[in-house]
Amino acid sequence: MSENDKYRIKQLSIFSENRPNRLGAVAKVLKEGKINILGFSIAEGAGYGVIRVLVDRPDIARDLLIKDGFVVKFTEVLAIQMQDTPGGLFDLTDQMKDINIEYGYGYRNPPYAVLIVRVEEIEQGISSLLAGGLRLLDNVTFH
Amino acid sequence: MDVWNPHIEKLPKAQLDALQLKLLKIQTRRMWEFSPFYRERMRTAGVAPDDIRTLKDVRKLPFMTKKDLRDGYPNKLMMRDRGDLLRYHASSGTTGKATIVGYTKNDLENWSESLARAMTSFGLGKNDVIQVANTYGLFSGGLGFHYATEKMGATVIPASTGNTDRQLELICDLGVTAMAATPSYLMYLGEVAEKKGIDIHKDTKLRYGLLGGEPWSDRMRDRIYEKMGVRGFNCFGASELSGPLFMECAEQDGIHFWGDLAYLEIVDPETGEPLEPGQKGEMVVTMLQKEAFPMMRYRMGDITSIMEEPCPCGRAHPRITRIQGRVDDMIIIRGINVFPSQVEHSLMQHSEVGNEFQLVVDRKGHLDTMLVRAELKPEAFTDNIIELNALRERISNRLKNVLNVSANVELVQPGTLPRFEGKAKRVVDRREY
Repeated sequence: MSENDKYRIKQLSIFSENRPNRLGAVAKVLKEGKINILGFSIAEGAGYGVIRVLVDRPDIARDLLIKDGFVVKFTEVLAIQMQDTPGGLFDLTDQMKDINIEYGYGYRNPPYAVLIVRVEEIEQGISSLLAGGLRLLDNVTFH
Repeated sequence: MDVWNPHIEKLPKAQLDALQLKLLKIQTRRMWEFSPFYRERMRTAGVAPDDIRTLKDVRKLPFMTKKDLRDGYPNKLMMRDRGDLLRYHASSGTTGKATIVGYTKNDLENWSESLARAMTSFGLGKNDVIQVANTYGLFSGGLGFHYATEKMGATVIPASTGNTDRQLELICDLGVTAMAATPSYLMYLGEVAEKKGIDIHKDTKLRYGLLGGEPWSDRMRDRIYEKMGVRGFNCFGASELSGPLFMECAEQDGIHFWGDLAYLEIVDPETGEPLEPGQKGEMVVTMLQKEAFPMMRYRMGDITSIMEEPCPCGRAHPRITRIQGRVDDMIIIRGINVFPSQVEHSLMQHSEVGNEFQLVVDRKGHLDTMLVRAELKPEAFTDNIIELNALRERISNRLKNVLNVSANVELVQPGTLPRFEGKAKRVVDRREY
């Protein structure tokens, strides 16, 4: 167990076929399980989508979704804290230029903002982000 | 109206029957003598060539099905040595393996003869210019019309499929009078012409459509005529029988099956018992003169009936009504036969998807589209869109290779496709004919 493992955050990746209101169906399961959604994005594939969600209780959420027939996987992502001011994202990018980002999404959480990223090499990503002086959120912040 | 082969085409019924019996006896003996496969089949059925004494005795012969062709791949059913073969064609099999058909010189001659008679019977002749917009290649539709047109002495334009702008240009510039195509493609061509401001009836000489390869209706024939002033003539054939072979005459009332080339029966698809003229059932064909790849009571899978009343054109050769369906679940997409079993077989090569699937066929602007829906296995799911898209692409490419028709693939959640007890109904056909 590495010291840096606490920065690995469990994101739910949910396969969403091309049918009306699949998002509603996911949201309903989470609501009924009293799961709180902390961050969220939808990616569009060819004729299907992938819903990516950060929740407060990922293991329970995953089980509930699978029980309801969904295809779900955990994906580890990183949460980088940003200034909630103009240039907040720019300040990060300089430290991130050597990291290969697969995808990302952001949300505002006053007084700061958060950038969620999925990187190709997570261990290496954590080290170089920390070495660049960036603040990574601990997974206890979420779960 | 000219008649290509008056001697044969105008034979009175009694003489045609006598000719058929004579040919059936010869053909049965040939199969017995030259083909271990057919001899074995006849022995198992307890019949020998000498048992064929009347035309009705054809019923003593055993049936053949598509499965025999599959099991006989590639050469087991071929009755002639390579030295006698001039050509091979191939059609899609039910499970991915193609059906290979070989032709001797006489086989090719008879094939062209059959279509030359048919084309002449509704008014085509050596002054016509015929554009063949069927696929050239392993598929028999292109070359079949090609050589028949040449035999008839008309001019052929081997346009093959695709490139509709070029097809139109040729029709306009070369004075094309007839076009061989699928009915849906001709409709599509009509629309493209309209968009370009070309009035097919006023601006071109195109008057005849040699149409087949997919189900269509008299309603569609009327629409084609209203829109383009082109009279559509229905064509029937199958690569197992050679290729496109039989067509309607000028009466446009049933397809003439040349009795000297084929013996036609209609049977009950369940019991195999022969049905009376006028009764709907499965078409069974025995080819009477084929040398390389004979067909003995081959069950076509097509549902039709025999029209017994003599045709006003004066030909006593039997006619069939439009094909009214299939006994199996074969579908025809853009003129290509597709069996759901081929799709199943192809999907099974991909461990990422399950065994359930659904085939959705639709028609967009007169062109058929096919969507294959397959269930993604949970363990194959990845958060990586690029990988998932690549999987979809791989499945789609394999389907295209196996089916010769492009298929759109949709990945769906496991457990969402309909399950069946007993016979699965995997095809959803939304087309209107």
